[in-house]
Amino acid sequence: MDEVALGTLLASTLRVATPLILCALAGALAERSGVIDLGLEGKMLSCAFAAGSVAALSGSMTLALAASLVVGVALSLLQGFGCVTHRGDQVVMGMAITMTAAGLTVVLGIAWFQQGGQTPTLPDTVRLAPWFTGAGEALRALPWLGTVLGLGLFGHNAMVYLAIALVPAVWWLLFRTRFGLRLRATGENPAMVDAAGVSITALRYRALMLNGALCSLAGSYLVLAQNPSFIPHMTAGRGYMALAAMIFGKWHPVGAFFACLLFGFLDAVSIRLQGVSLPLVGAVPVQAIQALPYLMTVVLLAGFVGNARAPKALGIPYVKER
Amino acid sequence: MSSQGADLPRWIDLIVLPLVNLALALLVCGIVVAVVGYDPWQALTLLVQGAFGSRMGLSYTLYYATTFVFTGLAVAVAFHAGLFNIGGEGQAMMGGLGTALAALALGEHLPRWAMLPLMIGAAMLFGMCWAAVPAALQAWRGSHVVITTIMFNFIASALLAYLLVDVLKEPGNMMVESRAFAASARMPGVQEALAVVGIEWPASPLNLSVLLAVAAAVAVYLLLWRSQPGYAIRAVGHAPEAAHYGGMRPRVQIMVSMALSGALAGLVGINEIAGVHGRLLLEYVVGAGFAGIAVSLIGRNHPVGIVLAALLFGALYQGGSELAFEIPGFSRDMVFTLQGLIVLFSGALAQVAAPTLARLWRMTRRAPRAAAAEGAVDG
Repeated sequence: MDEVALGTLLASTLRVATPLILCALAGALAERSGVIDLGLEGKMLSCAFAAGSVAALSGSMTLALAASLVVGVALSLLQGFGCVTHRGDQVVMGMAITMTAAGLTVVLGIAWFQQGGQTPTLPDTVRLAPWFTGAGEALRALPWLGTVLGLGLFGHNAMVYLAIALVPAVWWLLFRTRFGLRLRATGENPAMVDAAGVSITALRYRALMLNGALCSLAGSYLVLAQNPSFIPHMTAGRGYMALAAMIFGKWHPVGAFFACLLFGFLDAVSIRLQGVSLPLVGAVPVQAIQALPYLMTVVLLAGFVGNARAPKALGIPYVKER
Repeated sequence: MSSQGADLPRWIDLIVLPLVNLALALLVCGIVVAVVGYDPWQALTLLVQGAFGSRMGLSYTLYYATTFVFTGLAVAVAFHAGLFNIGGEGQAMMGGLGTALAALALGEHLPRWAMLPLMIGAAMLFGMCWAAVPAALQAWRGSHVVITTIMFNFIASALLAYLLVDVLKEPGNMMVESRAFAASARMPGVQEALAVVGIEWPASPLNLSVLLAVAAAVAVYLLLWRSQPGYAIRAVGHAPEAAHYGGMRPRVQIMVSMALSGALAGLVGINEIAGVHGRLLLEYVVGAGFAGIAVSLIGRNHPVGIVLAALLFGALYQGGSELAFEIPGFSRDMVFTLQGLIVLFSGALAQVAAPTLARLWRMTRRAPRAAAAEGAVDG
């Protein structure tokens, strides 16, 4: 494999991993506070639709991002209303959001744009522009490594860099702030946090709202950067893959980040390996590589490799003693 | 999943509450229909007509309902053991694979009376095995069954795609599908069966799997409420520690209930692959596994409720297709939206509706009694 191929592989890994990273961080925040989030897929899809349709109607990127943020946070609040305030089943809530989103985005899409659920191709004014193209070009003057890094790391859009920057930010929030300490304690031992006089409800709501905001970024990325328009069911299981990555990263933002990179890499490489015969194993079916992230997550969850431990109070609604 | 904990008389809890949840979901859906510019009442009328108005429509409704009975029962059996099986989708795919492998291998050599039980067995076995892995991981390694069954859905669809594209695909066929099964490996259609007794019925995808669905519902009822193994499953689901103390082994119950659940979901393969398509193809489950969650929730995890809920969903699917055909611009995704809303209202927000209903119930009880007391004072 030459340097240009390596560089483009690195670049597509980052591009594929970006929505996964944003979604996995969202999942980490919710689950660390004790709320299982199976709604990632649905929230991302709804946010993508909101961003896509507002961008198509208004031609304004700011409005598109704002609409997507409103939808993401609203869905999180609904989730909080059902599972935190009323202590409903968190898994069922996630499924409900995902199932409703899959249907509703198509219904509204068909009604508003008459293109079988798609939005029209979005104008260039709302598309995220590449950054650091100059630095990339400059680096390419260097031999081998310069080409790989120049092609791989530069010239992506702002959202890619934002996703990477959000990894340390979420880590800092979770592990270096008072809010983060309380949030993690809520996921492990809510009774203790409650005894200390801190509201479990408020903490979980805040975690969910941050989660909704991150999902909206992931959804907007799909329509404003990755695809030229919104397409029905365009998340295509990415929400679940992000959930798997978050678990694979042991509910830790940095771990989740590397898991997303790994899953993104597998996705990027699976297309290139089609029909290629590898040494020792021969031709690997694309589907095997596509199934690998899920398989690895199951193996990790089974505790055969390493030890993945969920937050102790995950999925248990908190009942305040009276 | 749906333990309300509110104090309600049985008839309200079992009949009124699901209807209220359904009405709320229909209401929101009606608002969406109005927002996209159609008349909700007209849509509903057309939907009911499409689903029940003709023998053809009715056949389609029953055909869809058959699949939903299987996936709904699958969710319910696992639920009674305290497990949430989201893997119906993958288990149904595996059931179809089992059906197809049996049909492709032996279809040319065996007569129909031998093939049908064989295919049903294969479908159940494949679904069972696909559910058994997450079950074992839950029982012995403590891996959360919700997460592992989701992962197994994706693994199943990758496996099916691989087998179809690289192994089972007919050479020279542009479509990704296996070769057609022999006639002996086809589940007879209802029109064929009725023709034998002299009744004329239009040809439709409805096949004799519908009887299998009824049998499955009866079997699940007898197993869970009228047999010792079923009692053990429910005991472990309701009070794992007490059941363990009473001599039941929670791990075995997890395995048994998930295996049964997978086997039921696998039967979808009989209805779709042996009954309708007559060949293995890629997307024949299309959300039936997830619809099973909605069916089980609105049917309150009881076979009778599930059969009724499956009929409702069958009618929605068939009526929805008819609507999409009648009104240009209307898509069947409206039905998927309604399905999601039903899960929302009857599952996720169950804790909201039930206490409200309980409060209303107490008010209506108190009012006449207070009036009677006042009357007594006056008199």
